[in-house]
Amino acid sequence: MAEKEMQVKEKAQVTTEGEQLKEGPVFLPSVDIFESPEAITIVADLPGVSPEKLNIDLKDNELTIEGEVDYNIGKDEKFLLKEYEIGKYYRKFALSNVIDQSKISATMTDGVLRLVLPKVEAVKPRKIEVKAA
Amino acid sequence: MALIRWTPGLMGWERDPFSELERMRREMDRLMSAFFPAAAIGRAAGVFPAVNISEDANNIYVRAELPGIKAEDIEISIEDNSLIIKGERKIPEEGENVTYHRREREGGIFRRIISLPAKIDAEKVTATSKNGVLEIVLPKAAEAKPRQIEVKAA
Repeated sequence: MAEKEMQVKEKAQVTTEGEQLKEGPVFLPSVDIFESPEAITIVADLPGVSPEKLNIDLKDNELTIEGEVDYNIGKDEKFLLKEYEIGKYYRKFALSNVIDQSKISATMTDGVLRLVLPKVEAVKPRKIEVKAA
Repeated sequence: MALIRWTPGLMGWERDPFSELERMRREMDRLMSAFFPAAAIGRAAGVFPAVNISEDANNIYVRAELPGIKAEDIEISIEDNSLIIKGERKIPEEGENVTYHRREREGGIFRRIISLPAKIDAEKVTATSKNGVLEIVLPKAAEAKPRQIEVKAA
């Protein structure tokens, strides 16, 4: 099979329901969300966000990811080409109450956030055995 | 009274409709850039990765967002006066017993060549990757650096 070549993807801009108090564009990070019998995992691309500038907030079953990008552009630099824009990242997720909110863990490597949301014991699927009568 | 350049035909576009379209495109670009100054800089090449290029008196800076790509999976080379960025973004399999709700992140190989706007010192190029952002610093060759010429009073 031929290897897949990557395509440029325009960053999706957030059209927030609330007013942004800070200037500058806000983008929706690309995410993968997958579920195993034990947990739900969210993987998000947040290039330029350092772990210190990342805010993960959980309130009333609403999970918010907010990241600010560190600008390290010299003040004498002049742009010759600008193919991507730099801005904040923001995305909100609604969680069901199957998540054990006390056991959520987050790691960040190379601008990729990995959030593991373990499920509560009670909702882990159970195999039901059918007994022959 | 405004002066209008004379062109053969009724509106001038019978001659070459494409040049007329091209002129309209340029006009649109000019209008767009008046309202959105950021859009005026360069024209996106549509090749992954998208890059931002800037310069100051001593260096050219090329930056690209490459989240989840380890520095060792990026290959950078200089050929003549072009910069070549190659690599692969690997999205690891998460196991067989998972089901996906969303799958927006993509993996694959990429290769891009960028013509540099000035002569550079290929020996002194450095590249660093931090938080998924690649930064390549290309020092300008001595002859490409701006020189200040002092004007002496006679």
